[in-house]
Amino acid sequence: MVQYLLMKIFRALVTVTLIVSAAFVVLRLSGDPAIIILGPEAPPEAFEAFRRNWGLDQPIWVQYFKYFAAVFQGDLGNSMRDGRSALVVVGERIPLTLAITLPALFIKLAIGLPAGVMAALYRNTWVDRLIMMLSVAGFTVPSFVLGLVLAMIFAVWLGWLPSGGSDTWAHAVLPTVTMGLVGAAVIARFTRSAMLEVLGQPYIRTASAKGLLWRDVVRNHALPNAAIPTLTIIGFLVGSLVAGAVVVESVFSWPGVGRLLVNAVANRDLAVVQVILLLVGLTMVGANLAVDILYGIVDPRLRIKRLQAGS
Amino acid sequence: METLLSIKDLTIDFDQGKRFVRALHGVSLNVARGEVLGVVGESGCGKSITWLAALGLLGSKARISGSVRLNGQEIAGAPENDLAGLRGGRIAMIFQDPSSSLNPVHRIGRQIAEALKLHRGMTGASANAEAARLLDRVGIANATRRLREYPHEMSGGMNQRIMIAMALAGEPDLLIADEPTTALDATIQAQILDLLTELRRDSGMALVLISHDLGVVADMSDRVAVMYGGRVIEEADTGSLFDSPAHPYTRGLIAALPDIDGPRRRLESIPGTVPAPDQLPPGCSFAPRCAIASKICDARVPAFLPYGEKQSHFAACIKCRGGAPTETASMPGNKSALVPA
Repeated sequence: MVQYLLMKIFRALVTVTLIVSAAFVVLRLSGDPAIIILGPEAPPEAFEAFRRNWGLDQPIWVQYFKYFAAVFQGDLGNSMRDGRSALVVVGERIPLTLAITLPALFIKLAIGLPAGVMAALYRNTWVDRLIMMLSVAGFTVPSFVLGLVLAMIFAVWLGWLPSGGSDTWAHAVLPTVTMGLVGAAVIARFTRSAMLEVLGQPYIRTASAKGLLWRDVVRNHALPNAAIPTLTIIGFLVGSLVAGAVVVESVFSWPGVGRLLVNAVANRDLAVVQVILLLVGLTMVGANLAVDILYGIVDPRLRIKRLQAGS
Repeated sequence: METLLSIKDLTIDFDQGKRFVRALHGVSLNVARGEVLGVVGESGCGKSITWLAALGLLGSKARISGSVRLNGQEIAGAPENDLAGLRGGRIAMIFQDPSSSLNPVHRIGRQIAEALKLHRGMTGASANAEAARLLDRVGIANATRRLREYPHEMSGGMNQRIMIAMALAGEPDLLIADEPTTALDATIQAQILDLLTELRRDSGMALVLISHDLGVVADMSDRVAVMYGGRVIEEADTGSLFDSPAHPYTRGLIAALPDIDGPRRRLESIPGTVPAPDQLPPGCSFAPRCAIASKICDARVPAFLPYGEKQSHFAACIKCRGGAPTETASMPGNKSALVPA
């Protein structure tokens, strides 16, 4: 088991390194931060000084190795815009993003899981059709469209909620609900197919033949089994808590990590972009690792395989 | 003998969205207390769904009519709660693929204990002890340790033993074994059949043995019902069925069996396949594959009438009224296929 986990962590680190390396190269090839930050009108000496200051005058592979050497010493670089530590710049925004993504995750699960289970249990009835219609609508409509529609209804027409900003808790409602509804649609659909898959298994028939009432068959023999594939998608959602709000934050001018990322890319604020990517990579990888460990706990078939592989 | 379960005119239609497809056309079968009834037929002939329908296990897609009486009491269309009480208690069922018929995420012990709790009100240590006793009874060594294991840690044969132990947990009057050995190796198959015979002898429960394998059925059954195209086409005590089969289909099945004692011969096969439930011919559903069929066979569905001298032998074939068919019932193409010994 320990060996299995170490292997997983090692692979995760490789993944994160690849993400950061790709971003490093692409960002440096796609625009000169000196021009963007100082403006095209600045004197050539200023460009020279800026480039020397940030090490941009060196060959890209030298920059690359210097960057990684620094990262391993815990130095993630400074923002080119205001010179503060990139880690601090990003860190300030994390609570704001979590303030909308955590409640949104709750909405996704609270609506999506029961809706998916109901749709599967009442397959091909009006309950199923209604839930699936809403679900298809929910994940085919892009979140910025849904966000704008909600803003139009609740901010412009009804005037109940603000359409953008982050001054009060009321400002968080629309972005949270937008993300929650889109995610709930995805979860409902996924849960439905996981449940249908399980309900078609021979052991469900065995449980009925044993004399269990249908609600006990569902509770004891269908839900635990359907939870296993559903864990994957929940892990994915947890992994996107930090960076999953890029679009919605932009639509509602919510000053979270997502909006910071958009601005930092536009400004070629390299260190900030890289810190965010590292953060995203690590949460994704962390969530996946957690799902893997949970898999081993809920699915006895995997538990055994792993023990054998690990010993 | 006292009738335990009586199925009369059982008809099943499956809802295919736009239309209903009839899968069972008025099946009548009786199982006496302590008796072994063999049910044979090719896949798709309705032999499994007859019993699933009797237990109300076909789901909402199936429309069922007819009567199913257990000890004289009507259970077809009974409320779900009443049926649930019978399932596993009075009538238990085991299935074809034991490994996928057990829930992979629950321990063996828990799955058996569930049945013990439902039908005998046992919980905790007493349920555990009884579960171990049952495992021991079905020939699983180290029962106490096995209770803590999961189905995937066992072989198919072991899992079928566990399914049997679970079925015994409710002390049923009737065990329905739906192709219990089809997914197992030949040696394991024999062990499971021996186990079933032994358990039946000890407990006196009746057994319905559903199989496509006539050999299995011949060894174990008191009486055999042959099904084809959603109907019972022949029914007789086992000796009579094998000595003087009436229906050309039954003859075909028997001709397809290897003979251990007799001269070596080429095994005969029945040409063609079972028609789909929605494409049955108007008359005898076996007529298109039958060597002795003629025009009158297509006129109407043959009645299920006594055959020969015995009062217990019935067949549904116009060609074999009042004794053996006038023409040979051997299948075409294989007539001269006798191989010298």
